[in-house]
This record gives sequence, structure tokens and C-alpha cells, in this order.
Amino acid sequence: MEKLFKRIPRVGGESEKERLEGSSEGTIEPQHKAQAESVEKTPEISPEKAKKHEGHTPKFSWSIKPQGDQKAKPARSGKDEIPDGLWIKCAHCKELIYSKEFENNKKVCPKCGFHFRLGAYERVNVILDESSFEEINANLVTGDPLNFTTSTETYQVKSDQTRAKTGLNEAIVTGFGTLEGMPLALAVCDFNYLGGSMGSVYGEKLVRLVEQALERRVPLLAVSASGGARMHEGMFSLMQMAKTTAAFACLGEAGLPFISLLVDPCTGGVIASYASVADVILAEPGALLGFAGPRVIEQVTKQKLPPGFQTSEFFLEHGMVDQVVNRKELRPVIAKLLRLYETVVAQNEAREREVSYAG
Amino acid sequence: MPDKDKERKERDKDKKPAASGAWEKVLLARHVQRPHALDFINGLTKDFMELRGDRHFGDDAALVGGIAKFEDRTVLVLGNQKGRDTKENIYRNFGTARAEGYRKAFRLMQHAAKFKLPVLTFVDTGGAFPGKESEERGIAMALAENIMLMSRLPVPIVSIVTGEGGSGGALAISVADRLLMLENAVYSVASPEGSATILWRDVSQAPAAAEAMKITAPDLLGFGIIDGIVPEPTGGAHTNPNEMMAIAREYLLNNLTDLEDKYTSRGEAGIQSMLEARYQKYRRIGSWQELAEQSPEVGELSDILQANPSL
Ligand SMILES: [Zn+2]
Repeated sequence: MEKLFKRIPRVGGESEKERLEGSSEGTIEPQHKAQAESVEKTPEISPEKAKKHEGHTPKFSWSIKPQGDQKAKPARSGKDEIPDGLWIKCAHCKELIYSKEFENNKKVCPKCGFHFRLGAYERVNVILDESSFEEINANLVTGDPLNFTTSTETYQVKSDQTRAKTGLNEAIVTGFGTLEGMPLALAVCDFNYLGGSMGSVYGEKLVRLVEQALERRVPLLAVSASGGARMHEGMFSLMQMAKTTAAFACLGEAGLPFISLLVDPCTGGVIASYASVADVILAEPGALLGFAGPRVIEQVTKQKLPPGFQTSEFFLEHGMVDQVVNRKELRPVIAKLLRLYETVVAQNEAREREVSYAG
Repeated sequence: MPDKDKERKERDKDKKPAASGAWEKVLLARHVQRPHALDFINGLTKDFMELRGDRHFGDDAALVGGIAKFEDRTVLVLGNQKGRDTKENIYRNFGTARAEGYRKAFRLMQHAAKFKLPVLTFVDTGGAFPGKESEERGIAMALAENIMLMSRLPVPIVSIVTGEGGSGGALAISVADRLLMLENAVYSVASPEGSATILWRDVSQAPAAAEAMKITAPDLLGFGIIDGIVPEPTGGAHTNPNEMMAIAREYLLNNLTDLEDKYTSRGEAGIQSMLEARYQKYRRIGSWQELAEQSPEVGELSDILQANPSL
């Protein structure tokens, strides 16, 4: 969301490219040099060819690429290197992984532990008890407050296309569910939808979730993977930072815990607002986390960034997150937190009730 | 006050406005002779006592603050401070503050809450500084914490965007009960150059981006994102700083007295309703549609949206 974010082409097959065309628009697309450089070597794939490829591409192929590791050389073309639907190649360690094993391992490479990105609903499944999720406000879609048009596109068309392409109505999915039987309000950001950027609907859905969590008196977990504020909605997007953060302030005043999980990549307006005001901040290993994207910093300051800069581990070292948690440990860790806060929440509720009777 | 505005308009009716299009306003907002935060603070208040340092790491000259008398009351003032020449700009880091600057602001706002001092902020920055040291010291967290603090700070907050309102770095000192903009100021989610690079893939399209992003005071007043426009002297704020101060004083005082009459003069209940009003002010901002339960085909979405323009 700062002045400095530049669109950088990314590596991958055609569908990957298309997806990212969308996602990088208007938000920070954090990238590492290795990936950016190898783009030039990637042959253009014609739409026809891409279509032909689709027939034997495993459905999860979109995620087979490295993120958050500066040294990693990504696969030149993710799809070509996948021999068939059964095996996939980890673009981080180059090892072949049996696709079932990869899925069972929650899209973490069993060989090197690399955490691949998850879509919003995949994330819901990783965190909540099976089929406990009840989504709210799924039908909220964006307006076009600026009537936004560039020389090549309009926001309306872009939104329609993104909805069709991702099957999502917005960059955030919100609702309620349980974790080890304990109730939890959950917001999950999807980086596939315009880079997980926060616009009006993102802000509104999140605030509605917070307000309902207040009513139901349940803790809230927000999983954020976002490039920041959505450019296409201009100042409406920037103001969502204040709107959402104010709602979380109220959640805190009511004594309800807020847990923030930062996943790859999270930069700009989301990490500079609600996602950083949580009572407990967790991060997945190897995620790119920071205010400005690394390219922006290098451009503005002409400083070369050291390896591992702006990773989850860097955040931990600099005191910005409480813990870096492996994906397979997420459920137990969050469950532990919920248990630790359970009595506190109950006490606060009793106190609030007393106050309201007294008043 | 409207009378004075009318007088000014009458007097200057034959003069050409200082800026017409959005891009002209951007250039004017960045004009090196434009009054900066310390000019406003010194021009509008008495006995300004600068308070420095974040008590953790250091002092950031790009973001200044302190206490001062504004029309018989002690207030807390904060502002992004730019320089006028290279040397001063290096000292002020071109008005782009690091984490320690925002943490100083945080400390001073807590000070304001403790002593029940109204907060006046002067916003003029291209954004928070996107440097290595900013990341190392948690700039994202510093901005976030300021935004949260301001959203619930139990004293009146009046902010004026005097020049450039640049993104999160501007927001982190301008979550306010009253957010005003000088006539030629701009406030944007990303700079026109940044927007042009991202959306047009061409930095030379910055003027087009400035138009499309709707960043001027009249645009934002129309959206309900800001609460008022402070007129500038006809040639722009820098052409007549004394008149600029006189106008800014009127607007600040009016807004502040209004908040005091409505809220802070009414004890704890008044403060609670001020916080509620502040919450609702931001709560309302946005543009969205509720789709019917049965999701329509994608092709129709545009038609639906067109038929129901929100806001
Ligand atoms: Zn691997």
C-alpha cells in the first residue's frame, strides 16, 4: 500500500500466471529476486498449450512453488515437472513427493518442511473441527466506489473475473466453528483473490465477524495472507485499517482473546493494522512478513537485504511474533490457547453481567 | 466562519485557483514552501514544548510532538515534519517516520489521555519509511498500535491533512473525531507514482493515477471519508502563511469547541458517546452489495452492481 510497490511478474504455468496477474494488481506482491529473475527464462505458454496441460495437472499444482525462501530456485514451469497426477516435485527442495502424502501433510513438504500456501477453505479445514464451520456473510460483494478505471481495465470487470477465477466472492472468508469442541470465530484471508487485499468488503466482513463474536462471546482467530490495502478502492481501503482495528479494540475491551496467525505472505495494510494488534501473534515458518515488500526497500534505500530478512523467523527474532508454529502443530497450539483463555473469558463474562445488572 | 469564507471568496473571485486537477494538487501539496507541521504548531499555538523520544530506541525528527496552549487550553500536538532543503530533509528523513517516530506519537497520545488533553495532528508525509531499520524495529506493529490507540483514545482528536496524506504512515496519526483537509492537500492509499507503477505499470502515468484514485479533499468529503475542507489562500497555503494560519485556527477551534460542547463537557457519559460516534464514523465507511442467496452467473454481476450503486 505504500507508494513503492511494484508489480513483479511471477514464475509458474499459465494458470499460475493468470492467477497472479490478478493477485498482484493493486497490492504488494512480495517477491524474491531468484523468482523474479527466473521469469525471464520462462518460455511464454500460449493459452492453447496451457489448456492442453490442464488435463493431466493435479488439482493442487497451483501451490507447487517456493515462497519465502530467498535462495530457492523455483521450478521453471511447475506443471512440466510434474510427471503425472500422483507425484509432484517440491520446488523448494526438488524432491518428488507422493501427492496423497503431500495432501495428508497439509501441503507441507514432508522432505524439507516447506509450507505451501493454502486457500481460505483449505485453511479452515486445517484449523477447525471437521464440518464445524458455518460461514457468515458469504454473499457480500464489493461495490466500485471510485468507479475505477485504468487505461486497460475497470475494477468491476476485474472483480467479476476474479470471482469467476477463484470461486470466491471476496479475499476473506468469515464464520464460526469449533476447535476440539471449543467455539471460535474465524476469519481467513485468501491470497488468490487480488492478493488478499483489504477493501470495503474485507473490512465489513471482518467487522461483522468481530461484532458477532462480541455477541456470542467467543474468541477470534484471524489468519492473514495479504498484500495490503486494495488499490482499486483507494481511500475506502485505507480506512478499512481503522475500521477493523477499532472493532478489534472493542473485542479486547470486552475481554475476548484475539489470536492472529500470519502466513505467507503478509505485508502492507493488513499487517500494519488489525493483524498486529492481537493478544497472541503466531506465524507459520518461512512466511514473508513485513510492512514494505523487499523489492520496495531495496529500491528506496538502495540497501541489499540479507538472506532471511522479513521472514517469520526474523519477526520472532525481532520480537514481533509470539511463536512460529508448524502447520501440523497449529490445531494443538490454538486449542491450548483457547483452553488457557477459557476461564478468563468466563470470568469476564460474569463481570460484564454484574456490571450490566448494576447499571 | 462561513461568513468569513464568503468574504474571502468575494475578495478573490477574479483570481485563478492555485490548483485545479488532482495532479496539480499533488504538486502543490508537496510544494517545498508550503507550511509544514512545525509552522502550523508555532503559528497556531503558544508555549509549544516539544517532547522527544520514544523511551525505547530513539527520537525521530520526521515526526514531532509536544504540548502547547491552543486558545486557552493545553493540547497535545503531533505532526509529520518535512524539511525545506537537502540538509534539513536528511535530518527529517523527508517526513517519513520510522517505528520510533510512531512509538513517540503513541507515548504522547497516552500522555494526552492521562491529562485529558485534546489532540491536534498535522498530517504531511509520503508514508512511513520503508527501510531496513523500519522492518527490524517493527514499523507495521507501530502503525497498527497507533491506529488502535487512536480509535479508543478518550480525548477529542482533530486531524488536518496539510499536505500529503500518504497511506498508513498518515493514518497512524489521523484516526480522529474530525478529519479535515486543506483545500489543496491530498490523501491516498498509495502515492500517485506508486499507484501508477502498480496499476498502469508505468510511473509516468502518475497524473492519470492521481485522477483515478480520487485523492483530493472534495472527492474525499463526497465519500464521507473526511469531515471538512479548510480553505487555503487563493494562491495556495504558501503564498500567504499568515492568512493560512488564521483560517486553520478558525476551523480547528470550531471543530474542537464543538467536540467539547457535545462530548467532553458531559463527563464520562459524554466521552463514551464520543468514542461511540468515532467508532460509527469509521464503521460506516465502505462500499458493498449483498448478493441474493442464489449466486447469479458471473456475467450478470456487473449489471447488478451497476443497478445498485452503493453509497
Ligand atoms: Zn521440499
